[in-house]
Formats: sequence, C-alpha cells, structure tokens
Amino acid sequence: MLDDKDRIFTNLYGFESWNLGAAKKRGIWDNTAALILKGQPAMIEEMKNSGLRGRGGAGFPTGMKWSFMPKPSDKQHYLIVNADESEPGTCKDRDILRFDPHRLLEGILCACFAINAHTCYIYIRGEFYNEASNVQKAIDEAYAAGLLGKNAAGSGWDCDVYLHRGAGAYICGEETALMESLEGKKGQPRNKPPFPAGAGLYSCPTTINNVETIAVAPEILRRGAAWFAAIGRPKNSGTKVFCISGHVAQPCNVEEAMSIPLRELIEKHAGGVRGGWDNLLAVIPGGSSTPLLPKDICETVLMDFDSLRDVKSGLGTAGVIVMDKSTDIIYAIARLSHFYMHESCGQCTPCREGTGWLWRVMQRMVRGQAEVAEIDTLLEVTKEIEGHTICAHGDASAWPIQGLIRHFKPIMIERIEQYRKQAKRAA
Amino acid sequence: MGAKSDMIEQPKSFSFTTENLARAQRIIAKYPEGRQASAVIPLLDIAQRQSGNWLPLAAMNYVAEMLEMPRIRVYEVASFYTMFNKEEVGKNFVQICTTTPCWLRGSDEIKKICRNKLGIGVNETTADGKFTVVEVECLGACVNAPMVQVNDDYYEDLTPENMSKLLDDLALGKKPSVGSQVGRRGSCAQNGPTSLKDRVKSNA
Repeated sequence: MLDDKDRIFTNLYGFESWNLGAAKKRGIWDNTAALILKGQPAMIEEMKNSGLRGRGGAGFPTGMKWSFMPKPSDKQHYLIVNADESEPGTCKDRDILRFDPHRLLEGILCACFAINAHTCYIYIRGEFYNEASNVQKAIDEAYAAGLLGKNAAGSGWDCDVYLHRGAGAYICGEETALMESLEGKKGQPRNKPPFPAGAGLYSCPTTINNVETIAVAPEILRRGAAWFAAIGRPKNSGTKVFCISGHVAQPCNVEEAMSIPLRELIEKHAGGVRGGWDNLLAVIPGGSSTPLLPKDICETVLMDFDSLRDVKSGLGTAGVIVMDKSTDIIYAIARLSHFYMHESCGQCTPCREGTGWLWRVMQRMVRGQAEVAEIDTLLEVTKEIEGHTICAHGDASAWPIQGLIRHFKPIMIERIEQYRKQAKRAA
Repeated sequence: MGAKSDMIEQPKSFSFTTENLARAQRIIAKYPEGRQASAVIPLLDIAQRQSGNWLPLAAMNYVAEMLEMPRIRVYEVASFYTMFNKEEVGKNFVQICTTTPCWLRGSDEIKKICRNKLGIGVNETTADGKFTVVEVECLGACVNAPMVQVNDDYYEDLTPENMSKLLDDLALGKKPSVGSQVGRRGSCAQNGPTSLKDRVKSNA
C-alpha cells in the first residue's frame, strides 16, 4: 500500500479548504519559480524520466507529448486542460477541481512554460457547476497573489488561465471535439493529422492534458523523476487516483500506487465486494469503455496499463465498476450501449448508425429474444464499428460488448433459451 | 426535452440585463480577437439562466448577433449540447442519472420515487410547474451513486428515503444541503478514510 508521504492529493476528500492559504500549507505554490528556472529541456526530460503516462484514458507518455510542441514562432501556443470528465465510472478529476484546484493551477504554469504557451484554457464539463465555481475562485486568488498573469509566481513567465464551461456532451472529452467546442462549434472530432501539437486550438500548436496529469506535474518536478518512477512497475509508474464504484461495501476514491492488484484495491480501500469476494461477478476496470473482467481474472490482475492490456482490457481512467452476482450483466452492458448511442456525435456513419443498432440488439439480448447465432452477428458488427470512425467513440461502444461476449456468452445463450421456454409455455 | 419547439410559445424579444451584458463582455474577452464565437456556450448559458432555465429562440438570435455568428450555427450548438433546454422546465429540474454505475446502486428506485411522489414520468413537468424530471447519462459522481442533479446542484448517495425527503424539501422551497445525503465527505469511504488518516479525524 502506498505511503501517505508519497501521496500527492493530500486533500482528495476535501477535509481541508481548497483555498490558497490551505493549498500553500499543503506545499502547493512553494517556490514554483525554482521549478521553472530549471529550463524547458530539463523539465521535459524530468517528465519523460518520471514515466508519467496521461491520466485521461489513453496513457500517452506526458513528457513525450510536451516534447512534440514546435519551437516558438509567431503562432500562439496553447495548453488545454481536459476537465470534461464524463466516462461512466470516473469521478477523480472532480475531486481535484473542487478540493485542490491550486494543485492544478501550479501544474498549468509549469506545463505552459514547458510547451512555450502563455495561455491555458480549462475546459470543464458544464454540469460541474460548483466545481467550476471553486476553480474560478482559485484562479482569481492566484492572479491576486501574482501566481498567474504577468511574471507568474516570479518565474519570468507570463501565464493566463481561463475557465471554459461546456454544456453537456461526453464527446467533448475527445481532444479534437473539445477544441471544436472551445471554438464555439458542435463537438465533432477532427481528423488526425494534423495533430494538436501541429494545429490544435485556433489552428495553433496545442497540448491537451487531463486534469490529473497536469496536477501531478509540480510534485514530480519538485521531488524528482526517480521518486515517481519508483512507484508502480516500469512503464506504469507513479501514483493514480482510482474510483471504486458499484457493488462494494464502501465506494470511494483513493490515490494508490500504480500496479496495485485489483483485489487488494477493492478489499483494502472499498471494504470489499458486497457479500464477500466470492460474490463477485465481474469488474469493469477502467471506465465504461474498457471490457469487463470476470472474477478469475480479477483475482490476479494488476491495475496498470500493461497488465490490463494483457487481459484484453485497459486501465483507461481507472474508474473501477464492481458488479456482484446479483447483477444482470447483460443489462449492465446494454445500458452502456445506450450511453454510447446517446453520446455519439453523429458524424461518422458506423458510429451514428452502429451505436443505435447495438442498443437495439442488446435490448433483445437482455430479454433473450434473439437467435443464438445473433450473438456472433453482434460481435461481428462491433468489429465493423471499431477502427472505422474518426475518433475512438466507435471503439468505445464496441469494447464493452466484446468483453461481454468474450466472458459471458454462456449467460447470453442461457437467456435466449429461457425466453424460448417461456414463449413455448405461453403458446 | 422533446422536439415540439415549434409549438412552444416563444417570447418575441430578448436582451441581456445590464449585469449579464457586462458578464458576457468579460467572457468574450477571454478569447483572442476575432474568436468571439468561442463564447457561444457560456453566453447561451447566461441567456438560459436569465430566461428561467430554458433557451428561447429570441435568446439564441440575440447571442448570434452579439457574436456575429450565423443563426444556424448557434441553433446547432443549442441543439447539440444537452444542457440547453429548448422548452420551459419546472422550477426544480431533476436529472436522474441512470447510467450503469448509478443503476447498479439503485437508480431504478430513485426513478420510482420521483414517479410516485410527483405523479409524473420522465420528460414530464408537474402541473404546478415545480418539477420536471428527466433521465440523463453519467454525471461523473459514480462513487456517490445513485445521484441526481437538481438545477446546479448534485445530490448524492441517494436512498428511496432520503430522495423522498429531498423532493419534499424542494417542494416546500427549502434549500437542502447539497452533496452526499448520508453525510459523508466527498468521495471518502463512508466508514472513514483508508489513507491520509493523520490528516483526517473522521468522515464528517
């Protein structure tokens, strides 16, 4: 278990105030200028060596992403913080935004400097009204204290930070959809290339990072890459905020070491599975998009990028959704199909039409009103959607169903047989 | 809400109050010269708040003119994002999350309480205009499931009992305390934290 001294988010639960005074007591904004005076190459090198991989779901190495930004030119550079947290099962950024916004703001100053940006937009989901209110108050405090704006925190770097509220669209968590939205349009993802580092917001070089990714940066720079890299397994380093929801005795968020065994995470922090470990049916390990894992895999799997990839799932956002044996697993996944249908932006045909088709067929699968052969058709269609759309929304709609069929096909067949028996009796 | 907007009685005109106009100008100033369209979502949000939690056509046209955008671009934005209501809603706009993490923790029961107590189904408004109930997708408070959002506020860790009380309080015009309805702090385990114990005395 992670030592408290290695925890970054010391106000994860909001027992202390979010405001500047309390934040400073937690060590935030402590000689930030010194971090910046190390210089850009050293800073990016430190981030690379720390092994930090993006905390928004894709797990791209942060230092490498920062290094993709071009040399300064006449074009503005932008930093965007993706605070559009909407992946079902995920509620970690919310705690950083409402309880520790200064940690994010300090990270923004560091990141802006590293990528040659003087302007940052924080794009926060519109529903997080009270969270946005705290962030805005923290921004105002930081400006008043000279920590943002001209010569921010005495670093010699100018850094303006603006909060931008969205208005309810999961797809705006996709980086290019977010940029479209920030430019005042519908949130429809862009084709890549060009990648954001080349042409992002307003066609300018842009780096976009998740809230948690940016918020851990100052601690990495302060304590050193080696400290962060020593936590977790190689290529899966650092601490991570996990969200444990569903059928556990004590649903909670917790910052733990990356690569913690899933079972340990659930039993040590979330009070165990409701009714005991043997009552476990399945776990969705990394937010709704990641394929579920049946109990036998949950026994041994580690919570990191590589371990979960090896079992054909993913760490995603580390939103752990636990389902006990009382769960109608077919409905649990069908409900996610509804989510992906509702949130499809409608731009690409395989996703727009496919997600609706998946939901309709999944509803029949819930009732068992289907042919057994249709399970294979369903799987086939998910593969026709996956990889055939501009963004990963199509993939995300396919994966939960693929996971269901991979591990629970007998349950689906049993449901179909039950339905037939009942229909025969009724006839 | 539904697609009956052509049947809705629309106010003939709209303009920001002096206070909201100043607010809008401060927002527009956040974006670079010539990029004022970036302010469309925040401005529509202000317009919706000023209109009583819905967005009349006149308000969309007003925002279009202010931001020098074709009206259709503003209509597109207003219809793409779920938080814009194209028709009037009740004083308490109750949004029940029913996505899988909330469903696993009993969002069906929460829906049932709303139906039984308010006598309305999903997408309906009570005759007295006090409540509208809608079903929404994940609101990002999954470890405090099930939950609802009423206007700007989240109410979390719901049970049939505390949801019932919440509706009673809202009907009486009271301002219930937001967040967890079982008194836990944020996303901390209800029994108390498993980490950071020396910083935290108890979970209250």
